[in-house]
Amino acid sequence: MKIVVTVKQVPDPNSNLTLEADNTISREKEVVLDPGDECGVEEGLQLKEAHGGEVILVSMGPERAKDAIRKGLSMGADRGVLITDPSLAGADALLTARVLAAAIKKEEPDLVICATESYDGSTGMVPPMLAELLGFPQLTFAKKVEIDGSTVKVHRQTADGYQVVEAATPALITVTAAIAEPRYASLKGIMAARSKEIKEVAAGDLGVEKGRPAETIEGVVDAESRKAGEVIQDDGNAVEKIVQVLAAAKVL
Amino acid sequence: MAAILVYAELSEGKVATTSLELMAKARELGDVYAVALGSGAKDAAATLGKHGAKAVHINEDSVFDDYIAEPATDALASLFESEKPDLILFGFTSDSREVAGRLAARLGVGLISNAGDVTAKDGGFVAKVPYFGGAKVASMKANAKPAIVLVRPKSFEASEKGGTAEVKQLDVKVAEGSRRAHITERVAEASEKIKLEEARVVISGGRGMGGPQNFPLLEDLASALGGAVGASRAVVDAGWVPYSMQVGQTGKSVRPGVYIAVGISGAMQHTVGMKTSKVIIAINKDAEAPIMKMADLGVVGDAMKIVPALTAAVKAKKTK
Repeated sequence: MKIVVTVKQVPDPNSNLTLEADNTISREKEVVLDPGDECGVEEGLQLKEAHGGEVILVSMGPERAKDAIRKGLSMGADRGVLITDPSLAGADALLTARVLAAAIKKEEPDLVICATESYDGSTGMVPPMLAELLGFPQLTFAKKVEIDGSTVKVHRQTADGYQVVEAATPALITVTAAIAEPRYASLKGIMAARSKEIKEVAAGDLGVEKGRPAETIEGVVDAESRKAGEVIQDDGNAVEKIVQVLAAAKVL
Repeated sequence: MAAILVYAELSEGKVATTSLELMAKARELGDVYAVALGSGAKDAAATLGKHGAKAVHINEDSVFDDYIAEPATDALASLFESEKPDLILFGFTSDSREVAGRLAARLGVGLISNAGDVTAKDGGFVAKVPYFGGAKVASMKANAKPAIVLVRPKSFEASEKGGTAEVKQLDVKVAEGSRRAHITERVAEASEKIKLEEARVVISGGRGMGGPQNFPLLEDLASALGGAVGASRAVVDAGWVPYSMQVGQTGKSVRPGVYIAVGISGAMQHTVGMKTSKVIIAINKDAEAPIMKMADLGVVGDAMKIVPALTAAVKAKKTK
């Protein structure tokens, strides 16, 4: 089974974002493989271990996004593809999906695994667009995945439980963080990753038309923020104070 | 007048609250049409009429209930061809965003997601979208036609202000090739608790709870107050509690009378889903945590001691 996992390099969720004077996000900060994608890589590896095949990591980003791919390769993925091109900086969701779709089509995968959403954007729009452009069904919010021959079956997380969803491959699935605990890369894995292939592809090689972005940013202002209220140190009086606030809000 | 199409999400045959919120906004922007697909679409049309829809396009085929995204995408693409709306509004919910994503890709127009507001400007539409993790708000002008905008739940107040919608049967051939991601079984796990989105008190836990073993402390307080328990993305990702409890940008949006954040630092991903709560109380060890800067009452202390004591005090007060 040929499995493609989409991966993205994101600002480290454990560090604080900072803004440059021009309202762009500071590039100085630490970047990591998106933690959601680590779960996707892990699930891909587990499916490969159970059913055989190959796990290919596909990413779009600047040259340094190789580090994120390398991280997945050190976990055990077989090879990587990085679409890197200055003209793609600031790509919106549709352009990102078009670029990824063009690169993934060349691989002719049986299964594409995406995280439900990225850590930095958190909008989850690329996976359904990608599924549409690939012509694949989408099985989303998976917290469990089973493969039986050419059928993929997932447990799709819902607000009050889950749904069992089935489709024939090729298919695209999105996985939640509950799918699998990502493994740590072993020293052996890290060494092996150094010699694994990461193919660099330019946007022109894929024949993707850039098109007009979906939106134009007209302005950026500070979000309305709540005013800080009273901050107290608990010296035994906190409970009484909280009870007063609850009573004033008429919930007690 | 601009033509606004609202995608009415149906949940167990009823119009989702988020879709009714969109109706309220759509009325300000132009002539409102809605589309409702699947079981209950006909009844939904009546509800949507009361909320201001001039016409509702319906199709009650169960294919829309049983297959993910693709049949709805077929229906919307065909509706777009015949009606050519200027703007299509979706709720920023998991089901709607899957349909919106496929539709935008099929029409080749892109979309604006996670919007908190939409306004008409110069014959087009401008959406206000949280930016830079929510610290800023960007005004984004939609370039494509149709403009497709996904709006966060609880961005507007739903209100009945309309009459009777004309009901139009939407004849759409859902291709065999769109019957693929098949929902074969639905399993309910959650018990009959108060819904997070509807609770008047929400108590949420974050990493500061130390581990899943301490969440029952929050459950106890919630049951004493008649509220519901939520969580930050960090502890959901860590597997402490299910995704259904997540409050934040990609979890649920809540607007309770009182929100109690316990051991939550207050990352933007979280606060974007709760900052419109009427009163916010934060309990945290760290006086410098961002949540303290937005709480009406911030308590610096040990949650493991404060929460059980608070539960006892609430119970004592209630029995008086």
